[in-house]
Amino acid sequence: MLTLESLISLLPLIIVATTAVVVMLSVAWQRHHAGTAMVSAGGLVLALLSVPLAAGALISPPLMTVDGLAIMGSVLVLLCALVTVALSHHYLTGYIGPREEFYLLLLCAVTGALGLVASDHLATLFISLELLSMPLYGMLAYSFRAERSLEAGIKYLVLSAAATAFLLFGMALIYARTGRMDLAGLAAGLAASPDAWTLAGAVLMVVGLGFKLSIVPFHLWTPDVYQGGPAPATIFLATVSKLAVFLVLLRLVMVAPIFDSEWLRTLFTLLALITMLGGNLLALFQPNLKRLLGYSSIAHFGYLLVAIVVGGQLAVEATGVYLITYLVTTLAAFGVVTQVSSPFGGEDAAGLHHYRGLFWRRPWLAAVMTVSFLSLAGIPLTAGFIGKFYVIALGVADARWWLVGGVVAGSAIGLFYYLRVMVTLYMPEPGMRRRDATEDWGSRVGGLTLIVVAVLILVIGVYPAPVIDWVVGFSGVL
Amino acid sequence: MILVWLILIPFLGGLLCWQAERWGEQAPRWIALATMLFVLVISVLLWLGGNFSLPGNGESQWLLEWRVDWIPRFGIEIHLALDGLSLILVALTGFLGALAVLCSWHEIAHRVGFFHLNLLFILGGVVGVFLALDLFLFFLFWEMMLVPMYFLIALWGHSGSPGQTRIRAATRFFIYTQASGLLMLVAILALVFVHYSNTGELSFSYDVLRGTDVPEPLAFWLMLGFFIAFAVKLPVVPFHGWLPDAHAQAPTAGSVDLAGILLKTAAYGMIRFALPLFPEQSAAFAPVAMTLGLVGIIYGAVLACGQQDIKRLIAYTSISHMGFVLIALYSGSELAIQGAIILMVAHAFSSAGLFILSGQLYERIHTRDMRTMGGLWSRIPVLPGFTLCFVAASLGMPATANFVGEFMVLFGTFPSAPVVVVIASVGLVLAAIYSLLLMQRVHYGPEYRPGPLKGPDAREYGMMLTLLVLTIAVGLYPQPLLDTTAAVAAPVAELFTDGADLAARAGEVN
Repeated sequence: MLTLESLISLLPLIIVATTAVVVMLSVAWQRHHAGTAMVSAGGLVLALLSVPLAAGALISPPLMTVDGLAIMGSVLVLLCALVTVALSHHYLTGYIGPREEFYLLLLCAVTGALGLVASDHLATLFISLELLSMPLYGMLAYSFRAERSLEAGIKYLVLSAAATAFLLFGMALIYARTGRMDLAGLAAGLAASPDAWTLAGAVLMVVGLGFKLSIVPFHLWTPDVYQGGPAPATIFLATVSKLAVFLVLLRLVMVAPIFDSEWLRTLFTLLALITMLGGNLLALFQPNLKRLLGYSSIAHFGYLLVAIVVGGQLAVEATGVYLITYLVTTLAAFGVVTQVSSPFGGEDAAGLHHYRGLFWRRPWLAAVMTVSFLSLAGIPLTAGFIGKFYVIALGVADARWWLVGGVVAGSAIGLFYYLRVMVTLYMPEPGMRRRDATEDWGSRVGGLTLIVVAVLILVIGVYPAPVIDWVVGFSGVL
Repeated sequence: MILVWLILIPFLGGLLCWQAERWGEQAPRWIALATMLFVLVISVLLWLGGNFSLPGNGESQWLLEWRVDWIPRFGIEIHLALDGLSLILVALTGFLGALAVLCSWHEIAHRVGFFHLNLLFILGGVVGVFLALDLFLFFLFWEMMLVPMYFLIALWGHSGSPGQTRIRAATRFFIYTQASGLLMLVAILALVFVHYSNTGELSFSYDVLRGTDVPEPLAFWLMLGFFIAFAVKLPVVPFHGWLPDAHAQAPTAGSVDLAGILLKTAAYGMIRFALPLFPEQSAAFAPVAMTLGLVGIIYGAVLACGQQDIKRLIAYTSISHMGFVLIALYSGSELAIQGAIILMVAHAFSSAGLFILSGQLYERIHTRDMRTMGGLWSRIPVLPGFTLCFVAASLGMPATANFVGEFMVLFGTFPSAPVVVVIASVGLVLAAIYSLLLMQRVHYGPEYRPGPLKGPDAREYGMMLTLLVLTIAVGLYPQPLLDTTAAVAAPVAELFTDGADLAARAGEVN
């Protein structure tokens, strides 16, 4: 039953959806790039401000549950979307063709992500997931005159459709055995020992979600899509989309005992191991920065799968902290790529040679990049280390030595290419003129946001207590 | 609070150096020098004012202590403490840091500010390692000093052979140490969680974890986790692959830091953490560790004899010398452990001296290849004489600090492991061979190229003289050092001899 109170708990989602409608109407009435960006950002900020209200509401709307995990997810989704908007504006100023629709697509996708983190029912899960994915096709293929961007969009569309089919089939199988589609019902219906059909259903669902998270062996789309998509779309894909899907996977595992069987755990362990090793190994000699970051994100989700394997209270906390560190780090790394590629001029400046000697031209930008790569590599005093610390602690506490070994080996391999990128930034400058961030990047909204994100990486790395407390507060509510 | 400042001063100085580049090239150098001298002065003042006698009952074993909550969720604190051993090593860091700044005065000509930022960050991290008493904090500093070292080698290093070998050397250094460091992190976490399941208290504190009762097979693996992390850094032979390359490609300042201080963090880690945390397992592991030490002594010395590159030669001698340190640490004798500490200090002086000298040679003849040297004695005034002195120190000539250290190590180890001592003595003979080989090929023999070369200026002269005076002073009168570290070495040795006892008692409890 939809009451006023349950509507309040949906407030962030409603506000974002309304903003999308407002943006659509205003675009139809009068095109204005800066204005559209401002309205979108305003809507996101408003939604962010309404989160405490939503958290205070006691009744969740039907098919959804607004618990700690959902609130935490919403806050992170909205923040990432805000950063994306801030970075998109400068990037899109160089784009020939309609610019305003990008924000429309982005807002729709955010709505989907907000629904996804709160979904408590297979129907909402599916609808939200599609609402998140559909606009992403458009965003990835946004600069459709560039061949790679179009290729990225279509590749993601086709493979995503296949993954969706797996997901749907899995849901259907589980529904056939239990007759229920809400997660609580699933849990109750599956309390008895699982048979082959339910297990098959669970595995198919994992395949569907694993595709979105680009878990090896469902990762084949990742490098091409990361490389081809316009930088802001890639940021969105790498942060919001993965965050929301991972939270839903975590919720499934936590709630439904079917995902708790030892057999599935072994499967997850195996997936985690090949994902963290595969991602790192594939990135080793990658000369394209965006592809490299794609592989690196594969590896990072391999580390995160440790939380899925272990489960329990500490796993939720570890997931929260790791996701936060992953998000700030990814935002900073891709933010630099966006800045160097801004304003839009055909393909993004993703080749590593564009970044050679960046420190001697744009010292602060290179510093941001260094910090984010140190954090990706998990070096102490950056946020990434706190995340890695949590994952290793989780593995050690549960005595999963194989996974711990995998994380250690993966990190050691990963260092090789992170260091390669970092040292490139400081190499002597080549004689040739390269693409570069504009002179005034630091005084623009995007640049300032980027610096704030980089400072955040360091602050979380040096004094993580507040972030940990914040996450602990939410993981307790679940 | 003074401990916090000891760590913060290098970091702040480093940032200042980076920004000071805009005031001219000299500014970062002077700032860096002043920073390191400041650290040195503070530690020397602490030394003069400190009381290093064995603590009585109820007295704290620390001269100074500072703690504050950091991440309460895991019971992690910022816990710094200083005793005789850390004080000596911090003072050494300050001294060698100042030398590193001085020896790169002319060598580093571009990006001076950023160079000194990295140099001072390394030193800040090292001071942190010597002071941290919380295992998390220790690990943090341990890993943190790698990044600037990496940049130092990768950006200002020499490209020896064709290709980007300095970047490869730097990467190899980083991956070796970081991967082994992660093993230590796993071991630390396992220890913490064992302690948690025993008592329900999450803590990374050294004092708390020292008494943890770890079940047997696990304890051995955890000890091994710590040991490997330190063994890579020391380096112990199967884990030494990074060292010759890193030394050969690093700039002089990097080599001085690497040989003088970074290797000592490993020995410090063993004395402070690996041995006290796992005394029984370490006692059981001692024969293996001593064998590894022996292998290191012989292997390092033999390979040193065959090197063409002067810096690689010195690097291999480091492996050999650190073999003595490893043997001493696992001998369980107070005398040997004190000898190891003296040897650490002595090796810091002599290897720093040799590396600085090879750097000065490089500035004059632009090569490190000993095949293209020879006959330099007659071409360069003064420097060959200094080289002879440091070579003599390195081979353990009486009246130098190295002699005192090696003698105490061998003497202290003899009662418990006479065979080891006998074999280790062979290393001394080999040391004489490689040292004289170096002298012969570089400074004696026919002149490779005629013509006189510039003698040392006041800066170079001063550095060499200070090092030499210190080497001989410690060699003639090591008592102050021994007094300072006695309170550290005695309990470690005691732990070891009680190892069998403790094991028996633990068996009863179980």
